[in-house]
Amino acid sequence: MAPRLRGVKEHDLISEQTVVSAPGQLTAAPAASVRGLSRTFGDRTILAGLDLDIAQGEFIALIGRSGSGKSTLLRALAGLDREVTGQISVAGPVSVAFQEPRLVPWKKVLANVALGLRGPDPRDRARIALDEVGLTERADAWPGTLSGGEAQRASLARALVREPRLLLLDEPFSALDALTRISMHRLVLNLWTRHRPAVLLVTHDVDEALALADRILVLGGGRIAHSSPITVPRPRDRDHPDLIALRLSLLTELGVPAGDTD
Amino acid sequence: MAMGNPSVALTPSAVIVTSGAGRRRRRGSVRILSPIAAVGLWQAASSSGILPPSKLASPASIARTAYDLVVHSSPTYGTIQASLLASCQRWVIGFVLGIVIAVLLAIVTGLSSTCETIFDPLLQALRSVPLLGLIPLFIVWFGIGQLPKVLFVLLSALFPMYLNTFAGIRGVDSKLGELGQVLGLRRSELIRHVVLPGALPAALTGLQLSVVASLLALVVGEQINATSGLGFMITQAQQFLNNSVIMVALIVYAILGLLANGAVRLLERKVLAWRRDFVE
Repeated sequence: MAPRLRGVKEHDLISEQTVVSAPGQLTAAPAASVRGLSRTFGDRTILAGLDLDIAQGEFIALIGRSGSGKSTLLRALAGLDREVTGQISVAGPVSVAFQEPRLVPWKKVLANVALGLRGPDPRDRARIALDEVGLTERADAWPGTLSGGEAQRASLARALVREPRLLLLDEPFSALDALTRISMHRLVLNLWTRHRPAVLLVTHDVDEALALADRILVLGGGRIAHSSPITVPRPRDRDHPDLIALRLSLLTELGVPAGDTD
Repeated sequence: MAMGNPSVALTPSAVIVTSGAGRRRRRGSVRILSPIAAVGLWQAASSSGILPPSKLASPASIARTAYDLVVHSSPTYGTIQASLLASCQRWVIGFVLGIVIAVLLAIVTGLSSTCETIFDPLLQALRSVPLLGLIPLFIVWFGIGQLPKVLFVLLSALFPMYLNTFAGIRGVDSKLGELGQVLGLRRSELIRHVVLPGALPAALTGLQLSVVASLLALVVGEQINATSGLGFMITQAQQFLNNSVIMVALIVYAILGLLANGAVRLLERKVLAWRRDFVE
């Protein structure tokens, strides 16, 4: 439905084959590839010729100051922004979990997860996905009766049941309380380990990025201003010396003076 | 087009309204006291001669008249059942047709801006014409038979339903539209699963307004050269200065209105269950 930029169809096929023939190889065709992406709103330039490759199965966290274009990039990758210029190619299905869970209020949780799902037994697959996020017993609930964390888990189940090659997470945990957020981090890592989609997590929480990502990108000046790989094995200790050092350098990159954080 | 990060997080659980439903229910039995007292006063005023029967019949004599009209067919008025049937027939035909046309129009104009450009200005213009003022014209055009009355009911039901359903369709959260796009919903699926159910609360408000408006149209329309129905009963009674028959007919109208409204409420409770769960 979302009209990708031209030439993507062929791309899909190529990379599907690559993955089948060379499982486990992250360096094959990227899960997503962005070239020269630009977007202006009025006379404000938000993205200015941005390039980005996301490897198969790679977990990327994208941080940046408010208005730096994080969500703009994510929306472009999701095919929701038709006014971007440049090239985007995505290998295989893309799923999105939004900041607000965006559950359809008049459909029960299970029907929300199964909504638009193609292929055989959509409801059974939806049930399995709900099981994976630990929401089995809420399958028959109306979305309006869910807690914030439950709603986000349902939204994650809905994104994952489509078996995406690229999973876009648009600050999905920012409205949750701290405890719920920690358990959501664990859940996301779990699901990612099991399904291995490439993930692009947009967040403004540096610690969230440090806890989850293989690579942290800082968006600035309409491009990827900074890219830091993280090799610390998960689950990560917040106080790992590498992470402490990286936190400082990222905060400096974001323009937050050291010692000024919470 | 939203830009940057939306700063407000919308969790659906944020809307929990604890109402005083229990308190209201307990008060229900008390609430019936004042109408009963009013009828009692009315009866007392009639019995004591303060209220002459030529102006307003007493509740007791209205009840007697109602009973007579049910049991006997009077040569002047017929029976209440027959009149009610004739009125209901007019109302149901006009109402159902009006609602169906309104919903179809609203779907067409709500989903296509081309159709909106074509139909909406026309409908808005027609809406601003006072319907009651159309009666003389309707008589000129359609005579004094069933057609102008049904048409009158139809038009009164049509506008509230159309306007509310249209607004409902347009008011569906655009974020859900984006969601549909991300989930790869086909247009038909988006309409069936997202747009129409999303418009339902507004459409049901429209339905309620349509019930009220069309019943009013029925009451007015029926009194014009009718040869059957409650309106006919009223015009006959007016000629014979029989105000208790008029009162009986009015009470039947009121009951009809209450029943129709109750039916819409019931429908609302049934189809908007997803809302009730967290509003009540």
